[in-house]
Amino acid sequence: MTAPLHEPTAEAAPSAAEEAAVAGAEAKAVQGRSLGRIAWERLKRDKLALAGGTVVLLLIVIALLAPVIAHLVGQDPEAHHEDLIDPLFGTPTGSLGGISGEHWLGVEPVNGRDIFARILYGARISLLVGFLSAIVAVVIGTVLGVLAGFFGGWVDSLISRVMDGLLAFPQLLFIIALVSVMPNNMLGLTGTGVRLFVMILVIGFFGWPYIGRVVRGQTLSMREREYVEAARSLGAGRFYILFKELLPNLVAPIIVYTTMMIPTNILTEAALSFLGVGVKPPTASWGQMLSSAIDYYDSDPMYMVIPGVAIFITVLAFNLFGDGVRDALDPKGSR
Amino acid sequence: MLVVIVMVVFSIFFLIPKWAGVDIAASFVGKQADPASIKAVGEKLGLGDPIYAQVWEFFRGIFVGRTYSGGGDVTECAAPCFGYSFRSEQAIWPVLTDRFPVTLGLALGAAVLWLIFGLAAGVLSALKRGTLWDRGAMIVALAGVSLPIYFTGLLSLAAFSYGLGWLDAQYVPLSDSFTGWLGGMILPWITLAFLYAAMYARITRATMMEILGEDYIRTARAKGLREGVVIRKHAMRSTMTPILTMLGMDLGALIGGAILTETTFSLPGLGQAVLNAIKNQDLPVILGVTLITSLAVLIANLVVDVLYAVIDPRVRLA
Repeated sequence: MTAPLHEPTAEAAPSAAEEAAVAGAEAKAVQGRSLGRIAWERLKRDKLALAGGTVVLLLIVIALLAPVIAHLVGQDPEAHHEDLIDPLFGTPTGSLGGISGEHWLGVEPVNGRDIFARILYGARISLLVGFLSAIVAVVIGTVLGVLAGFFGGWVDSLISRVMDGLLAFPQLLFIIALVSVMPNNMLGLTGTGVRLFVMILVIGFFGWPYIGRVVRGQTLSMREREYVEAARSLGAGRFYILFKELLPNLVAPIIVYTTMMIPTNILTEAALSFLGVGVKPPTASWGQMLSSAIDYYDSDPMYMVIPGVAIFITVLAFNLFGDGVRDALDPKGSR
Repeated sequence: MLVVIVMVVFSIFFLIPKWAGVDIAASFVGKQADPASIKAVGEKLGLGDPIYAQVWEFFRGIFVGRTYSGGGDVTECAAPCFGYSFRSEQAIWPVLTDRFPVTLGLALGAAVLWLIFGLAAGVLSALKRGTLWDRGAMIVALAGVSLPIYFTGLLSLAAFSYGLGWLDAQYVPLSDSFTGWLGGMILPWITLAFLYAAMYARITRATMMEILGEDYIRTARAKGLREGVVIRKHAMRSTMTPILTMLGMDLGALIGGAILTETTFSLPGLGQAVLNAIKNQDLPVILGVTLITSLAVLIANLVVDVLYAVIDPRVRLA
């Protein structure tokens, strides 16, 4: 290739990598706007995604302030109110599962715990497991994905095979089995703490191949791009290329896959608690509330509807936001 | 390759209790068992042996059967021996064969439903991109993937079984009565198929839209093929490849135990067996079902590989 041709190619390289660049200062592709800015402007126009993002923010605030809100309302998630329970049927007295000015979402059958306070506290468990297990998956997936894509050879084939195998696995069954054989106390944690810790680790462990596969693919294609070649020809070392040239361009796909992974993890946590291998009562979690609601689906349907709707709204909000982020960061997207 | 991974993950099940210091023999017989019988079971299982020996013994048992001796008496487990539950004093294999038809019926029936509706919705959405139909279908699909299956299951039970009284939510074996079986399976099928149809519709739409932008579609249109032919013969074929991959994984996982659906509808399938086993800490059953699931996934993936060759001639040449 001749020199005059080579120059523009090197200049154009960042725009070729625009599907990955998010806020890099070098990525000024269209009319001097950075890709991060383009993405943000696209996202701002996507009303559904914004609505999802708002609900997500609200949920995070609720989860963080759960004790404060519960205290303000004057309810304790683990306090019993047996006086509100029909002694004959075990269901709450009053209509719609005992909804009243005092108990905004009613009370649980049998022990009469306040459902509103339990939903608040359940949000903490859901979001905690959802976010932290996503972080576990992102860290493992990024490290191994970059290693596989960057070094190639036997490192790549080994990591790729492991990823294929894990992806083909019936994950829920393995997660359940693994969570259930884990000990009840370890590393100084007991009870709910250890269950959360184990759930986060196991869900994260089964999630990393999704990230790893994408990161590997991106790294593989970027490794051969001109701007990496240019850096190499200027004498840049492996680590410089890895951290300064490749990783910044991987931020976008990682963000997209992380936002898509959180709702899945929340569903998995709820499923585990629903099946009785996750968080145990009296600690409140949405899945566990649903599972105890099975016995009352005909006599107290509100008890089943409320945690179900809570899970639905949370997951839907994350999904809407995730879809929006994906569309906004996709250079091929027309909007 | 998958076999190797199955073996590795399998060893984890033997490794973790040891590493965590859980008395595994005790969890094989039950917490209230006396120390002597716990010790006997420990010897029978060779729990003192190294991990690789335990894993080897387990896999050997599948082909030649296994004799648990030690602690005074001998327990026979005929081939194929997928382990022996000392708690319920029965071999695992009969339990598996007993429950397998339920799960198979559930998975296959639902798969037919979700393929029909998921693919149809996805293809129509891709072809009518941006229309009211597309938006409506995609909102329903997004809601579908956001709803936990046990919640939709409970809702449908409350509505159709208890509320309207249309369907009896009781499982009847196929050999007893065909209509009874059908009646009991309709709700589980629809519930399970709704979730997967939503997933498949989303994937089908995205794949189809990408493929419709490919050069060969433009070529096919340019040479004057009718739009119907372009869609059916050219676009659909490529769209099917990723769908088949997903189908292989999903069917395999479901056949190995649709745990959530079976729990919600009280279907006596593999998933329910494994959940009961987990609650009773009956480790041999967990191991047996896990292994069967892995086998189901392996077989499903093999079938998918064969089907690839049917829809994609390039695979046949390779």
